[in-house]
Amino acid sequence: MSRTTAHPRRAVAAASLCLAGILTVTACSAPGGGTSDEPASTAGGSTDTADWTCGTEDVTLSAYVETGFPLAGKLFDEFSKQYPNVKFDVREDQFAVLTQNAPRVLADNPPDLMRLPQVSELAKDGLLYDLDDAATALGWDEWPASQLEQMRVDADGRRGNGPLYAQGLNYSMTGIFYNKELAAQIGMTTPPETLAELDEWMQKAKDAGITPMAQFNGGATGGLAFPLQGLMASYGDPGMINAWTFQQPGASIDTESNLKAAEHLQKWVEAGYFADDVNALDYSMMMSRFIDGKSLFIFNGDWESGNLDTQMPGKVGFFLVPPSQAGGKVGAMSAPLTYGISAKAEHPQCAAFFLDWIATNDEARTIAVEVGGSHPMGPSDAFMPEVDGDSVTAQTLAAGATIAKDNGSMEFIANATGAIYAKSWTPNLQKLVDGGQDAKGLLEAVQKDYESEIGG
Amino acid sequence: MQMRTTDTTGRREVAAPASTSHEARRRALRARRLRRGWVALGLVVPAAAFYAAFVLRPLALTVQYSFYKWNGVTASTFVGLDNYRRLTQSSETLGSIGNALQLIIYFSFVPVLLGLLTAATIRKFATSRLALASRTVLFLPQVIPLVAAGIMWTWLLASDGLVNELLRGIGLGGVTRAWLGDTSTALPAVGVIGAWVALGLCMLLLLAGMTKIDPSLYEAARIDGAGAVREFFAITLPSVRQEIGVCVTVTIIAALAAFDIVYISTQGGPANSTLVPGLEIYYLGFFSRQVGQASALAVVFMALVLAVVLPIQRLTRED
Repeated sequence: MSRTTAHPRRAVAAASLCLAGILTVTACSAPGGGTSDEPASTAGGSTDTADWTCGTEDVTLSAYVETGFPLAGKLFDEFSKQYPNVKFDVREDQFAVLTQNAPRVLADNPPDLMRLPQVSELAKDGLLYDLDDAATALGWDEWPASQLEQMRVDADGRRGNGPLYAQGLNYSMTGIFYNKELAAQIGMTTPPETLAELDEWMQKAKDAGITPMAQFNGGATGGLAFPLQGLMASYGDPGMINAWTFQQPGASIDTESNLKAAEHLQKWVEAGYFADDVNALDYSMMMSRFIDGKSLFIFNGDWESGNLDTQMPGKVGFFLVPPSQAGGKVGAMSAPLTYGISAKAEHPQCAAFFLDWIATNDEARTIAVEVGGSHPMGPSDAFMPEVDGDSVTAQTLAAGATIAKDNGSMEFIANATGAIYAKSWTPNLQKLVDGGQDAKGLLEAVQKDYESEIGG
Repeated sequence: MQMRTTDTTGRREVAAPASTSHEARRRALRARRLRRGWVALGLVVPAAAFYAAFVLRPLALTVQYSFYKWNGVTASTFVGLDNYRRLTQSSETLGSIGNALQLIIYFSFVPVLLGLLTAATIRKFATSRLALASRTVLFLPQVIPLVAAGIMWTWLLASDGLVNELLRGIGLGGVTRAWLGDTSTALPAVGVIGAWVALGLCMLLLLAGMTKIDPSLYEAARIDGAGAVREFFAITLPSVRQEIGVCVTVTIIAALAAFDIVYISTQGGPANSTLVPGLEIYYLGFFSRQVGQASALAVVFMALVLAVVLPIQRLTRED
């Protein structure tokens, strides 16, 4: 201390010299550019099935997966059993960490398989392996197109068309889970068939002192986006919502039918159908309240089916958000459990072969259903394992068939851009709860943020 | 210079031999100083290298990035001051800075005032076992990781948490709510967590300052007829001025740089009511992937911290 104060001028001179030195070292080149924008090489461009295998030599696939979900690990084990020359080097992290790390990991430390967040920006930046040739070689082209469209990205980063950049381990389905015992207390024995009926049951539950819906909406995860999108599909066309989420030109979230949906949600908020601390609830609190029998409904996805079948066997029902008019079409958020291959991966063919195996091998499909709780990828007539008819898993799988029939599958509106969920949907939905925002304002604000993000 | 003479005893070996000139001595001295300088430099270099690599270089890079539009991976484009201009137009960013300034009240002023109060109280019975116990209890939050503190307080402040249970118990059921889930109470609730953590540090620092006050001052004051309050304002408070300065500086920096407590308890919600710059930089950098924009906010924010903290340093410096 005394030394530096004794010679302040000398200290300042030394510091500025030091800083200047560092600046000259670092400031010469613009940041980035280590990876090029050019599309990655495509595995020798082969569409021959024989090129897309793991061969007979020893191979170690590096995988970067989401922690807390045993599906990937179980699939790795089974694959190694069937193909003993293949081993997996697995790294695990929480999904939020994967989301932050994705660009850097794909660029610097390229994994053969990685659980991915929304792919459009990663594909646009040339970080993901183009799987079009694999799709042709392995016959993915013959699967229902809707399964893969969320993972197709064109040169402008718009999803829905263009080369395929990822594949799913299975695809999930969202809707409303209900507690059968609480439902019986208010006289609900079959799921509601219209939105009006759903409203009635929620009112009855509230009158009976039961929380109708302990949906999560706290922190940076605005869980009211689940019911909102369900309502959007009941009032409007899921295709229009997908156009927005896939960043198609001219698409808007601020439409007439979406406004009706948002107003319906606002009505639920004002009627007090959500828990009164909805803005402080996180996902795990929602789950524990539902499992403890403190909430009649929750909006959630079939990734919880297996868990609920274990924790509350026979006590949980599932239905899709009912249509606004009886007999109308329904929609649901449905998304593949996305896995991609780095553009610089060491063993892309083997990794693609593994992804194909998950969708086509009977053992793997059984694991996808029993461990993952969701419908496997692949052709619609492929093998399906038998499930207990009374289980939630059976109900969510059946709902999946309905969605396929109505062509009602939608990508989650929160995945439209990298930051739209945390920075726009969440704060605006939280404001809707505390009265600082109305339905119209919500859609306008989100549309504005969306435009500034994809435009800027 | 003292003249050395070889007298008859011839015993003055301490004196330099006559042959050693003044110049040679100076050279030897310089050599020694230089050698010492090299040793000192050798000792400093490892630390300085780390400091340069992990503090100065990132700092310089952040400044550089703030002039670019960059997604963190692909090539960047130079945009000049555009990122800074956009900062001033974003109500969200300005709101986050406002929130950080408001947090100073809870993270800094409250713990410093309470710290003064408790330290002055504990000082009175400094040697008793009660003083030891209360010192330990109040300091304990410092030992707990902020993440753990955040999680614990999230439970305490939940709608069915202990805080609300206590309020119901004393007949205040009407004011209960999910403290962290209400836009009007979330920021103060986060502030309570910060105050709880910082109180122990302030108390201990101030107590240490108070123990070095000369007891005769208090004696003199008492002879002059001063009461406890007068004693506090006339002797205790001026004597711990420097400690207060340290407390205020450290806690204000903690308030402005708050991240962990907010991230764990509210993640900036509900409706951005607890969004702070640290969190906003993180969201911009890792979710929006606007590294340039995030860097610009970081630079502005660093300037803001210095602008707040430097005057305090000046104010509390001893002349």
